[in-house]
Amino acid sequence: MTDDAAQPVREPQTDELLRLYEQMQLIRRSEERLAAGYAAGKVPGALHLYIGQEAVAVGVCAHLDDRDYVTSTHRGHGHYLAKGGDVAAMFAEIWGKREGICRGMGGSMHVADLSKGMLGANGVVGAGLAIATGAALGAQLDGDRKVAVCFFGDGAANQGVLMETLNVAAIWALPMIFVCENNTFSEFTPSREITAGRIADRARAFDVPTHEVDGNDVVAVWRSARESIGHARAGGGPSFLMADTYRIHGHMERELFILGEGRYRDDDEIAEWRAKDPLDRLVGQLVAQGVADEALEELDARVVGLLDAAEAAADAGEAADPTLAERLMFAGAEE
Amino acid sequence: MVRRRLIEAINDALVEEMARDPKVVVYGEDVELSILGDVRGLHAQFGPNRVRNTPICEATLTGMAVGLAAAGYRPVLHMMFANFLFTGMDAIANQMAKLRLMTGGQMELPITVIASYGAGRSSAAQHSDTPYPVLMNLGGIKVLTPSRAADAKGLLKTAIRDRNPCIFLEPSGRGGDFDEVPDGDHLVPFGNASVLREGGDVTVVAIGRMVKLALKSAEALAGDAINVEIIDPRTLVPFDTETVLSSVAKTGRLVIVDEARECCSAASQIAAVVAEHGFDLLAAPIRRVTTANVAIPYAPNAEAQVLPDETRIEAAVRDVLAARRGAAT
Repeated sequence: MTDDAAQPVREPQTDELLRLYEQMQLIRRSEERLAAGYAAGKVPGALHLYIGQEAVAVGVCAHLDDRDYVTSTHRGHGHYLAKGGDVAAMFAEIWGKREGICRGMGGSMHVADLSKGMLGANGVVGAGLAIATGAALGAQLDGDRKVAVCFFGDGAANQGVLMETLNVAAIWALPMIFVCENNTFSEFTPSREITAGRIADRARAFDVPTHEVDGNDVVAVWRSARESIGHARAGGGPSFLMADTYRIHGHMERELFILGEGRYRDDDEIAEWRAKDPLDRLVGQLVAQGVADEALEELDARVVGLLDAAEAAADAGEAADPTLAERLMFAGAEE
Repeated sequence: MVRRRLIEAINDALVEEMARDPKVVVYGEDVELSILGDVRGLHAQFGPNRVRNTPICEATLTGMAVGLAAAGYRPVLHMMFANFLFTGMDAIANQMAKLRLMTGGQMELPITVIASYGAGRSSAAQHSDTPYPVLMNLGGIKVLTPSRAADAKGLLKTAIRDRNPCIFLEPSGRGGDFDEVPDGDHLVPFGNASVLREGGDVTVVAIGRMVKLALKSAEALAGDAINVEIIDPRTLVPFDTETVLSSVAKTGRLVIVDEARECCSAASQIAAVVAEHGFDLLAAPIRRVTTANVAIPYAPNAEAQVLPDETRIEAAVRDVLAARRGAAT
């Protein structure tokens, strides 16, 4: 563990910033390819993209090890990749192939890599809260400074289970970090229209330490997450991290077709947030620190190479085993 | 053999499994005192890290079981009354029952959920349900319905060691019933029905709380020289179809006694399976004795009116003996 509440506050070093950049770039370029793959008919199910929110997953997961737990949302590719999930196995999963991380049984909304502590994207809004609470209790009982991070959205913040889990995490001082990614939408409804008060105040009501950060500033997320995670590792209990961000793509791909004439946001708003793009901002910070363009280009090329291989492998993958469900339903049936 | 009450046998199973495996943890509402008595004494013996009272928040409790299991523990979650399974249903139906398959087999979910079910105590509709039909339909949940102390102990021990989510349903009002429990590490395998009484005239499959009534009915019918075979399936998922079909092959007649409501009851499923795989064995139509399709009323007389009882069981047995396949009824 490198993080500890006892350690002084510090800024990320240049090599750490480059690592954040590479991770964010991996997520962004993956999702652009997923969008293209979806348009090309390679994705049999729904696709919810994280583009615009990358700084949150990356800034938080930079402080986690494989043995730490995260739970994710229906918009989970970013959390999966930031937690170290294999990108080729993710593409194969989303393409519905046998080589998928979940052997084609879960798809985009359910990418999970238990070997990396990534307990799964989840199709039920808010479901990860209670799962992360259970994992945090397990981590506490193990007593070895592991933590559990729950990523959820402003939409999930209106689920009653948020109150329940804040209460449980607070009374037991669980090593848990609630990360609310406020992308301003609850599916197809602006959250401000259906949300009373300030979401972060809900955590304050339970005396849970709360940070509100610019979720498009990866350094700000990194800094707050470092403090929260260090606090949890040191036995200080849960924290709540509110990260304000924006989802550039729709709730799901092809949403304009589903919505017909209906719209829940206008193009000006999207353009406004594009101007605050988290990757562009990080590039600006790196350049200001004197990082050469060539260094970034080298990382970009590495990401492209990884994704070329991942997509080609997914394209060439074998269809999922249609009889696998019968054998996977119960442990013991496969042996 | 040792003579134990059903509730004591459950307690014995928990003590033995907690002593055997430090990863077994028990939590739920009021588990430290235990209003049903099944987890009483565990907190004093195993301490607050392994036995813990929780807030009243079932949606979180069921989800936490999934997270604890993913973190390498074997949670035993006590939900008190089976009706409260509904309050915690998202994580049961959408997470516990599915995540093993959805993760391609990555996630192990060795979870045991305990709940007391059934009517007959004027607890009114929100504390009296028999919800195993909905659990059976989820697919990924093993459903255990012991009727006697020995089976309760053996099934619970097997459940705690199982790698899958198991819901262990305690028959309410039967906790004081005595039974002989085998000594030692008594395990009862799943999917293995128990023939509690042999008879050649009619097969009666009775589930959970209904077993006691079926046995009494069989005694009464024996006075009229009607020999009833009583089968206790012990587990509904997995279900021991073979034992039921073998018995029907002998008797040609089947009555199923189930405290669930008639619509989509376990009895309906058993009747369908026997009709599908054993139609030629049947000499008479199958009869189900179930609870009416109503919410359970409070007043004792109104409650008794809607539940299976010995009179209805005996009438059903006499009916299938009188009926003939193909004859107009």
